[in-house]
Amino acid sequence: MNLRTFLLLGVLAAGAVGLQAVHELNGGMPASTTANLLYVRSPDAMKRLALSYDSLLADVYWVRAIQHYGTTRLSIDPTTQFDLLYPLLDLTTSLDPHFTVAYYFGSLFLAEPPPGGPGRPDHAIALLEKGLEALPDRWELAQSIGFVHYWWLQDYDEAAAWFTRASEFPNAPIWMAPLAAVTLAEGGSRESSRLLWREIAQGVDDEWFRNEAARRLRQLDAMDHLDGLTGAVAAFEQQTGRTPSDWEELWRAGYLPGVPVDPTGIPYRLESGVVGLGDGSPLSPLPTGPAQIR
Amino acid sequence: MRLIGQIAVNVFKESVRDKVLYNLVAFAVLLIAVSYLLGQLTAGQDMKIIKDLGLAAIASFGRLIAVFIGIGLVWKEVERRSIYSLLSKPIRRHEFVLGKYAGLALTLLVNVLVMTVAFYAILAYLNTLYPESIQVTWPAPATDPGMLRAILLIFVELLLITAVALFFSTFSSPFLSAALTLGLWVIGHFNDDLRSFEAVVESPVAAYFARGLYYVLPNFGAFDIKTQVVYALPVPWLYVVTTMAYGCVYIAMLLTGAVAIFSRRDFK
Repeated sequence: MNLRTFLLLGVLAAGAVGLQAVHELNGGMPASTTANLLYVRSPDAMKRLALSYDSLLADVYWVRAIQHYGTTRLSIDPTTQFDLLYPLLDLTTSLDPHFTVAYYFGSLFLAEPPPGGPGRPDHAIALLEKGLEALPDRWELAQSIGFVHYWWLQDYDEAAAWFTRASEFPNAPIWMAPLAAVTLAEGGSRESSRLLWREIAQGVDDEWFRNEAARRLRQLDAMDHLDGLTGAVAAFEQQTGRTPSDWEELWRAGYLPGVPVDPTGIPYRLESGVVGLGDGSPLSPLPTGPAQIR
Repeated sequence: MRLIGQIAVNVFKESVRDKVLYNLVAFAVLLIAVSYLLGQLTAGQDMKIIKDLGLAAIASFGRLIAVFIGIGLVWKEVERRSIYSLLSKPIRRHEFVLGKYAGLALTLLVNVLVMTVAFYAILAYLNTLYPESIQVTWPAPATDPGMLRAILLIFVELLLITAVALFFSTFSSPFLSAALTLGLWVIGHFNDDLRSFEAVVESPVAAYFARGLYYVLPNFGAFDIKTQVVYALPVPWLYVVTTMAYGCVYIAMLLTGAVAIFSRRDFK
C-alpha cells in the first residue's frame, strides 16, 4: 500500500466518522412510531423458520426481552409500554422450551402493573403453564403460578391450590406444604408474603431474581414502617389538634427517635399529614396490586 | 485408494492455500467478543448462550465451507480445463470424485477439530470466572464432554452437505448447485411436517407423495441435538450411532450418484 492510498483511506475513514458524528449531533434517526417491531409473532412459524438455529434464536429473543423490559422500565416517556414483553418471552420459550429462566422472568415481571410492568397476570400464568407443560417435573413453575395468584390476583384459594400442587412434586422442598397451609389460613398477611418472598430469594439461582425478591422484602418492611409513622402522625394530631409540618416536629414531641428512613436509607416524606416514600426511593412505587396486604 | 488419498491431500493443501482456515480466526474472535459482551445483556444466561453460539458457529462455518467449496470441487477443474490433463493420467473418474470429496472432508475435519478445541478452551477459561455457587446452578458443567456428541453429528451433517454439493456440482453450474444444496438443506428441516402432511390435506395422493418425500429427502433436522446437549438432556448413543449410520448411507448414495453422472460426462 503506497502513501497515497494510505492517505486516501485515512481521509475516507475520517469522513465516515465525521458524518456519523454529524448524524448523532442532529439527533440520530427520525422518530418512528413503530420502534417496537416484532416481525414474526407466531411461535410455530418462528420454530419452522429457525431451521437448526432454534436455541440461538431463543437466546436472541431472550436478550431482546431483557432489553425491552429494561429500556421500557427506565424510559421517562409515559407512552412507552411493555407491549412486546409477552410475545418475546413466548417466542423465547417456544424456540427453547427448556429456557426456565424466561418462565420465571415472566412470572415476576409480566404481572406487575404499570409503570413497573405490563400488568398482565394472565400472561404470566399462561407462560408458566406453558413451562409446566414442557417441564412437568419443575415444582418451581407450579409454585410461581401460585405466587402470581397470591401476589397479583389476591386469589388466596387458588394460590394455596397451586402451592399444594407444587408440594406434591417428588422433589419439592419441605416448606412447600406449610406454605400452602399458611396461604389458606392467613392469605394476604404481610407475614405470609414475607415468607413467600424469602423462599423465592433463597430458592432462585439468578442474581436478578434474588435482587427483585430482596426489593420486595424491603417494600414490605417499608409498608410496616409507614403504618407505624401514620400512627405516630395520628397520635400527634390527636394530642395537638393540628398536623405536623415535618418530621422534626414529631421528633421534638417524642414520637420518633429521629428522621425516619426507608430500608434503603432514603428519608420518608411527610406532606399535609400524609406519609410516603421519599423522592428517589428505589422501593417506589410500593405494590398497588396487593393493596389489601395487611 | 492411494490415488484417492493423493487427490484428497491436494484438495486440503489447496484449501489451506485459499485461506479457508482463516475462518478459524473469525470463529475465535466471534466467541471471545461475544463472551465479553454477553455478561451485561443476558441476566445470568451467558454460559448457556455461549454454548449455543459456539455450537451454532461450528455448524455454520462448516456449512459455508461445505457448500461453497463443495460446489467448486469439480467445476473449478472443468472451468480451468485442468480436468483434461487430470483425466489423461491414470486416474479413474470415480477416484477423482471420491478424492475430491475426501479432501474437503479432511478440511472440514481439521476445521471442526480446531474449532472444538478453541470452543472448549474458551469455556474452560470462562468457567474460572464464575464462583462455585453459580456453577452448581448450570444444567451442565461448562466443559461438559457430552457436547461432543452434538459436534460429532454436526460433522456428519457437514459431510452430508458436502456430498449433496458435490452431487449437484457434477451436472450443474456453481450458482445452481449452491441454490439446490441450500434448498435441500432447508427442506431437510421440514421432514416432520412432511410426515404429518396428511393431517392438513384431504387428497390421499398428496399425503402419500409427502410421505414419500419424508423418506427420500435427507432429514437434516435429525443431526441437530445442540439444545439437548446444552441442557445435558439424555441423548442415547444408540440415537447418535443410528443417525451417523443414516448420514453415511445417504452420503454413499449421493457419492454413487455423483460418480455415475461424472463418469458419463463428455469433456470433449
